[in-house]
Amino acid sequence: MTAGSAFWYGSRATGVICLVLLSLVAILGVLVNRQGRLPGLPRFAVTGLHRNLSILMVAFLGVHVVTAILDGYAHIPWLSTIVPFTSGYERFWLGLGTVAVDLVAAVIVTSLLRDRLTPSLWRAVHWLAYAAYPVTVVHSIGAGKDLQSGWLLALTVATLLTVVAAIGCRVASTLGAVSRPGRVPEQLARAASTPRTGSLR
Amino acid sequence: MTAATKDAMTGVGNAVEARLPRLLPATGQPAELAEHLRVHGPTPYRGGPRLLINTIQAAGLTGRGGAAFPAHRKLTAVASQRGESVVVGNGAEGEPASDKDKALLWSCPHLVFDGLQLAAETVGARQVHLYVHRHPALLQRLQVALAQRAAAGLDRTAVSLVTAPPRFLAGEETAVISRVEGGPTLPRFTTRRIFERGVNGAPTLVSNVETLAHLALVARYGPGWFRAVGTKQEPGSMLTTVRRADGGGGVQEIAIGAPIADLLGLDEHPAQAVLVGGYHGAWLPLEQARRLTLSNADLRPLGAAIGAGVLAALPADRCGLLESAHVVQYLALESAGQCGPCLNGLPRIAATLTQLAERRSAPAALDDLQRWAQLVERRGACHHPDGTVRFLRSALTVFADEVTLHESGRCSAGTTEVFLPIPASSPGHADDWS
Amino acid sequence: MNERLRVNPILCSGHGLCAELLPEQIDLDEWGYPILADQPIPHSLRKLARRAVTDCPALALLLVRDR
Repeated sequence: MTAGSAFWYGSRATGVICLVLLSLVAILGVLVNRQGRLPGLPRFAVTGLHRNLSILMVAFLGVHVVTAILDGYAHIPWLSTIVPFTSGYERFWLGLGTVAVDLVAAVIVTSLLRDRLTPSLWRAVHWLAYAAYPVTVVHSIGAGKDLQSGWLLALTVATLLTVVAAIGCRVASTLGAVSRPGRVPEQLARAASTPRTGSLR
Repeated sequence: MTAATKDAMTGVGNAVEARLPRLLPATGQPAELAEHLRVHGPTPYRGGPRLLINTIQAAGLTGRGGAAFPAHRKLTAVASQRGESVVVGNGAEGEPASDKDKALLWSCPHLVFDGLQLAAETVGARQVHLYVHRHPALLQRLQVALAQRAAAGLDRTAVSLVTAPPRFLAGEETAVISRVEGGPTLPRFTTRRIFERGVNGAPTLVSNVETLAHLALVARYGPGWFRAVGTKQEPGSMLTTVRRADGGGGVQEIAIGAPIADLLGLDEHPAQAVLVGGYHGAWLPLEQARRLTLSNADLRPLGAAIGAGVLAALPADRCGLLESAHVVQYLALESAGQCGPCLNGLPRIAATLTQLAERRSAPAALDDLQRWAQLVERRGACHHPDGTVRFLRSALTVFADEVTLHESGRCSAGTTEVFLPIPASSPGHADDWS
Repeated sequence: MNERLRVNPILCSGHGLCAELLPEQIDLDEWGYPILADQPIPHSLRKLARRAVTDCPALALLLVRDR
């Protein structure tokens, strides 16, 4: 195996890991938002896992990008890591990958600076993360030929289905959300029927 | 300096004597611009910022919107900020039992407009808003009044009319700011005070329309004139909305410190208890109310306050518990629903109090009410839960005997009709916050 | 210079992380919303307090200077 192909294999392998990690991060993100819990773990651990896995993903993403460039075969310029659709090789599929990197970078940076930003700005950028996921999947399937068959295809489809389900829950909760003043008559009606029970949330 | 101004500054009023009414037109008819100018003259601008503040301080004018905060301190606070400020006249009283701001705006809008202009001059504001509930007839009247003033060249800063939905919280300061900015009429959480950061981040003066009207008179006739009625610590006149036990009353202008028994005619119209300050106010037992004057000096030690000047006497044949339950239900429905404790606590409090009032079995009701009252107090973004709890606690204290009766399935009242004015909630209510 | 915790009750949706991280200063009411201790944060708990502020999913917890 040449140094070139070692980089190439490394890039493909870390790419798959990034896809899996991104899926986990997305699912955990939905879980945090819905105030869900993982068995045996306190709530701050769900948030912590969401964060730490995203940092782990950034590490693997870094390796994925660097190895792709260091591999001489495809001649990907360094610029293409942040500016989409500027590489000669597989311009479109790779470009999508760059778009995903940009989106992830925006989310990570704003999250690190979270206490210095307004909550609404942070939230707006975080919603971009939902865009990063489909972009990543399409990039993975298009640029990474080996995802198009075999167990890697199965893995991709599995992560896709789980994440879509999680996003579906998230969107459903947003669509079903009543404006806060609108919740008041409902609360009053429920309190009237069962006043002493626990939270009406 | 004209003779009139000199007189005004030494506190000797000539055109208007030191008696009532002062705000409300003496003729009893709404004052048009011509009449206003004849009686009070043109807007007495001082010629620059901050020049009016000492006069206001000497007069001892306090806010008439409920908090009774010294007006000169608010003016100073806003005037001291850097950058252009904003003035908002708050005429959206929100309180169903209060009609005074509506009456004031209808009868003498020009005093309010004068006050807005003088306040704007004092704090260096270039944006002035008048914030009122959405009454078509009143809005029309105000627009006509503004047009007349524009034609006469009276106003130095243009006034924009901003309308508010018929919500109890419409007059809450941060909700006012939000609405003036074009957003929903919902309270906001902020760590900065409004005089520092208000409308679009600018230092903002939010002042009740009655306060502004008094300001317009003090600027003309001076502190001495203002202090000629009222008490030493709480000078001046005020508007109250009185509801006697016979249902009569209405908006009256009185001197602060007038005896409550006289205002409510408690001898001619017997009552069982008195509500002071509106639905965020407090009930007082009859015998206690008889001995008090309408002043914060008398009321504060008892956990009550003048508030927005609502005074209501509950007739002897009503059930105080039922009245209170209806009020608390209304207050629960008027929650903005933004804060967990309020959204969860107020409906439960309302439901349990209603159970008690309707003589349905409610074991541990009093314990639950106590616990929830403590849980919601001071845990909202605004003071809605605090006011509701104040009202609730006063009801449980003053009507304690009634509570005992109800717990054994009885009631002392002769009728279940509700005496206090409580708006029926409309189906569209949930959406009508803009 | 003392610091104190404050919660923005409008942003708060009762996740409850803060009470898990800082039970000495934060309790949850019967509806899951935080009740903050009305006192400045002791030095030893400052780090945890800062973590609670950063970790709050709703960005509802604040650290303010004691007045």
